[in-house]
Formats: sequence, structure tokens, C-alpha cells
Amino acid sequence: MQTNFFRKIIFDEKSRSLLIQTLVIGLFALFIYLITQQTAYNLEKRGISSGFDFLHISAGYDISIRLIPFTSEDTHLRAYFVGLLNTLMIAVCGCFLATIIGFLVGIIRLSSNWLFRNIAYVYVEFTRNVPVLVQIILYYSILLNLPKIKQAIVIFDNFYLTNRGFFSPSPIFKDGFSIVAWSLVIAIIFTFFLKRFLKKKQEETGKQYPTFMINSAIIIFTPIIFYYIMGMPLEFDSPVLKGFNFKGGMVIRPEFLGMLFGLSIYTAAFISETVRSGIISVSKGQREASQALGLKSNFIMRLIIIPQALRVIIPPLTSQYLNLTKNSSLGIAIGYADLVHGFGGISLNQTGRAIEIMMMVMLTYLTISLTISFFMNLYNKSVQFKGNA
Amino acid sequence: MSSTAIQIISRSKYYNWLVKNLFSSWVNTILTVIALIFVYQVGSFFLNWAIFDADFRYNFQGELIIDRGFCSKNIMPGEYGACWAIIFARWNQFMYGLYPIEEAWRVNLIYALLPLAIIGILFDKIPFRRYFIYFTFIFPFLAYFMLYGGPGLSVVGTNKWGGLLVTLFLGVTGIGLAFPLSILLALGRRSKMPIIKSLCVVFIEFIRGVPLITLLFTANVMLPLFLPDGVNPDNLLRALVAVTLFQSAYMAEAIRGGLQAIPRGQVEAAQSLGLSYWQTTRKIVLPQALKIAIPPIVNTCIGLFKDTSLVLIIGLFDLLGIGRAALADMTWTKLYYEVYVFISLVFFIFCFGMSRYSLYLEKKLKTDNS
Repeated sequence: MQTNFFRKIIFDEKSRSLLIQTLVIGLFALFIYLITQQTAYNLEKRGISSGFDFLHISAGYDISIRLIPFTSEDTHLRAYFVGLLNTLMIAVCGCFLATIIGFLVGIIRLSSNWLFRNIAYVYVEFTRNVPVLVQIILYYSILLNLPKIKQAIVIFDNFYLTNRGFFSPSPIFKDGFSIVAWSLVIAIIFTFFLKRFLKKKQEETGKQYPTFMINSAIIIFTPIIFYYIMGMPLEFDSPVLKGFNFKGGMVIRPEFLGMLFGLSIYTAAFISETVRSGIISVSKGQREASQALGLKSNFIMRLIIIPQALRVIIPPLTSQYLNLTKNSSLGIAIGYADLVHGFGGISLNQTGRAIEIMMMVMLTYLTISLTISFFMNLYNKSVQFKGNA
Repeated sequence: MSSTAIQIISRSKYYNWLVKNLFSSWVNTILTVIALIFVYQVGSFFLNWAIFDADFRYNFQGELIIDRGFCSKNIMPGEYGACWAIIFARWNQFMYGLYPIEEAWRVNLIYALLPLAIIGILFDKIPFRRYFIYFTFIFPFLAYFMLYGGPGLSVVGTNKWGGLLVTLFLGVTGIGLAFPLSILLALGRRSKMPIIKSLCVVFIEFIRGVPLITLLFTANVMLPLFLPDGVNPDNLLRALVAVTLFQSAYMAEAIRGGLQAIPRGQVEAAQSLGLSYWQTTRKIVLPQALKIAIPPIVNTCIGLFKDTSLVLIIGLFDLLGIGRAALADMTWTKLYYEVYVFISLVFFIFCFGMSRYSLYLEKKLKTDNS
């Protein structure tokens, strides 16, 4: 009886797997228990208090790059949101720029011109084989070595490039500008429905409409018309040199530009490779068949090649966006006030709540990552083969 | 020109190549000209800066450069290019960090033996491969003894390590330790046991969802809190823990890709022969899966090698950290481009080498399978 029981545990697959899992979960629980005990003990011994009450104390430091108002009297919680917004800002701008450069370089890599193709190749190899942190620091030091404010490089009279950043006129919105903005939103929504309507019409009658041209015209001209109807409710405030600094206008700081260049130039190299392999993956027969049907070459690209290439491009593109977002945490190396630099660095040093703060930072990144992959998966589903599982 | 000469030229291989690749249409010809101008401008600027107008150890007046005041470009601004003397002056730090210079031969010995230790893993058709593999397994202990010290050798604490030594140490050790861990994680993720599977999934997705820098911070700040008194790993070890966990999650995903590519029939055939789970895994599944997974594994290794530069942020002096320290020195400050270009070049050589190796493997696998 006794031996039978052991035999069963060892040789029966079901009970054996139950045993192993019980053991694993037991060990895991023990591990967690020991660590929490030890941590509690260590915290007490060092006199570190815990809890999230620190979020409501004033932070006591200033953040120069911010999207929402922030002063040193504001709370750590607000510092968290300032950092989060900065992280999201650099991630969105970086992904946008990286996608543009990446697609351009990816297409140039397939050019029939040998020299062009190889310039792109050299760019890709040199940027993707050098750590992004080295690149960020390198671009940042180039930006810091630009001329001083007194000798600023002037572009189009109102834009100034200096070692303190890029100064440009800032828009001043007057009454009625919100109507112009809303007209743009409504125009975009309208074109969306118009596109559906025209496509339906095309399927019924076979007649082709210049949908793209019509929609572009609507999107461009509606806000312009409203802009003049409302009496041009937009003015620009140009930066003017006063003393040692510019007054007025707005400035893009070198920290932001360094991050933007570093992240997008680095990630673009990877994106260009996925774009290239995506376009190559569309078989030659597809192009030949569409030529045989008499399609024009831009239609071949738009209707045949790109939709099929996107299926291959989207999944790796998603992971590149994720990488860029995670790499935006390197802002700490050059003082870009993102989540890790402000909240995860200065707040942590001031309050000493390492566990709480690192937990919050990590969970935030995890949420951002999961959100990006969720939306990209949705988009991916929409471009995959339909009914071909 | 006579018609026969034209025929000869038009038949020539080079001429055809030129027409096809550079001058096939007038658009292409314009592009070629633009590209040529671009290459000439950028290339001549860079070559002049980096080589022809640059100082190496001596400036253009023949003096040995001992601080940045001796750089030709600081004596005659605008006339000269880079001043590589900072690299020469800091060479030992770039290579060994603060490692005592009279003990540097130990590091050099390990640098020299490192290729021997990995060559057996990289290539499967070299003579005496078995002995190379034996050496691979001895190497970590040898390297630990030589670098850290022990009986007969003076102890050099890891706080003195730096430069390329730290970069290579974190890269190689991180990859080496992550490899077995990642196999377990990948197998666990495909396990039929729900608890083991979910533990592995949560671990992998968590690590892949957060930036390495937060893991490094966590290891740096929180590891001492988790551990009992007396156990206090130094900074390098803390970074190594973070790097290893990070790498194992990424490598596990690469290996999972390989596991998924193995047809079910292989496992079923092995089971019907009466092999146990571990026998099947070890003798049938893993050898095939790992072979398929090597190129993506190498890609994660390239990523890790580049990411070792992040340890600068938690205060370790890797290659980049040493570079920044050199720039913080008042006698050398402002030579940013020289330092960062040099560091980029070192990383480029290693990473480009690895990516070439991965391409070579992909080609080899293609011919092996057909």
C-alpha cells in the first residue's frame, strides 16, 4: 500500500505534476516570505519608514522640462506626473521621427542605385552597433557645443540655434481659435465617413473617385477657411535677445533634442531593417501579376505591396516602439527630466522610499508597454489575412 | 572613338555594372551625383578630422601632448582636427580601469585567453573542438582566480575594475549565466503545469516590460535590503544580477521561438520510444531548438553587450564611464568627440563582429537544412 502510493506519485503524470507544482509554489512562497521578513527587518534597522504618504509632501526640487506647471513646492505625486508626461512626450516624438527615418532608409536600402543603397547600409550598421546611450551622450555634447546665445545661429530670422536649445516663436491662441481646432477635428471625422461612402459607391458602380485628393483638400482647407472667418485668431511671439537670454517665444532644450536624436536615429536603423525585410517578403509574383493587370506603379505600391508588407512589418515594429519607450529612461544620463530621472532619481534620494518608488516606476513602464502592445496587436489584427487562420 | 572601341567598352563587365547600378536613368544619374558629392564631403571631412589633421601622441610641432593645451587644434583653432592623445594618455584606464598597472598582465592574459574559451562554442568544425569546450568550462574559474586574485596572487577588488574589463565582464558573464537560466525559463513557459508556466510567463513579461535601468536601480538600491546582514554584494555583482536576469528573459524568448519550430512529431516519436521528459528535452528537442535559435540568441547578446554601457548610471566605470571620467578631468576636458568616437568604435567592432557571426550562422543553417 505504502509503496503503491509512492509509485503513484513518481510514475503517474498527473499526481507527479501536482507534487512538483505544490513544491514550487511552496518554495516560492517561502522565498517571498523570507525576503519580506528580511526587508522589514532591514528597513526597521536603518530607520527607513515605508508607505505612500510621501507622495503628498512637497518635492523641493525644480524640473526645467515640463508640460504641466510645476514648482518646488508641488508634491512628489505631481513630480511623478510631470516625469510621466515627459517620458510619454519623448516616446511619442521619438517613435514618430524614428518611423519616418526608418521607412525612408528602409526604402533607400532597396533602391536600384548602388551608392544610395550603400550609404543607407553604412548608416544602419554604424547606428545600430553603437549603444544608444553613447549616441545620446554624443549628440547631446554636439548640441552643447553649439554657439552661445550671443552668437546664435539664426534660421529664417525668428529661429535661433544655441547651446541652450532651439528657440522659436511660440503661438498665442486668441479667442475663437478653439473653433478652428474643432473644425479640423470635425473635418477629419467627416473625411473618415466620406471615405467609407465613396468606397461603397465604388464597389456598387465601379467608378473610381479621387478619394485621397478630396479628403486631403477637406482636411487642409476647412481649418484655413475657419481661420479667416474667425479673424485670424493666432499670433506668434518671437524670441528676442535681452541681456544674456532670449525673452518670449519657446525653447526646445538640448536635453530633449539629444534624447530625440539619439533614440530616433538608433531605433530608425532597426525599423529600416524590418521595413526592408517586409517589402522583400512580398513575392515577386505579386508585383508581376499586378503589372499584368495593368495597375499603375503607385497603385501597385499602395494597394498590393504595402498592405502585404505591413503584415510582416507590424510585429517587429511594435517591439521597436517598445524598445524606444524603454530606452527613453536613459534621459537620466544627460539630465532629461523623465520618470526615472525626476521621480525615480531625485524623489528617491530625498525620501529614501526606494521600494515604493521603484515599484511605481516599474509598474508604470509595464503599463505603458502593455498598452502599446495591446493597441499594436489590435492594429496588427486589422492588417492580417482575413479568414485565413 | 571607333565603333569597335565602343563595343569593347559596352561589353565590359564594369561598364555594364556601372550603367545598371549607377546610371540606369537620368533620375538615377542625378541621385548618383548627389550621393557622390555627399560621400566626398562627409568622407573628406571625417578623414581629415580623424586622421590627416589629427594629433596622435605628438602635436604638429613635434611635442609630446601631455594636456589639452598641447593639442594642435587648441594652439591653432580651426586648422587641425582631432586630438587622440587623450586616448593614449588614458589607455590603461580604458582597458583596465583602476586595476593596479603592475598586475595588468593578469587582465591581458584573460583577454588573450577569452577567444580560446569561446571559439569552441562559436564554430563546430574546428580541430580539437572537444578540448576547446573543456577549456570553456575551466575558463570562468581561471578568469575569476586571475582577475580577482587568490592564493599566490594579490586580491584586486572589483571596485578597481573598469573600462573594457567591466564591459566584457558584464557582457560575457551575463550571457554565460543567463544561458542556462533562459533554457529553464523557455521550457517552463511551454510546460503543461499551469503554475510553473504562469510563474515563467510573469517573470519573462515583467522583465521585458521594464527598462534595464530600473532593474539596475532596483538591484543597486534594493538588493542590500533583501539580503541578511553580512551578505553585501559589491556594485559590480549587483549590476551582474540585474544584467543576468534581464538577459535571461530576452534569451528565453529567443529559445522559445526555437522550441516552437520543432515539429510535434519529434516529441511524440521520442515519447513512443519510451524516453522521459528530460531525456526527450535533452537529447531530441533542445539540440534542434537551440540550433534554430542561435541567430536570435546572438542578436539578444549584441543587445546586452550594448546595454552594459548603462551601468555608468549606477556609478560603475565601464568603457563609457571611464570616458566620462576622462572628460571630467580638467587637463583633458572638452575632447568629447575624440572620446565618444573612440568608445563608439570599440563597441562597433564587437557588435559588428557578432552580427556578422549571426549572418554567417544563418547562411550556414540555410544550407544545412536544404
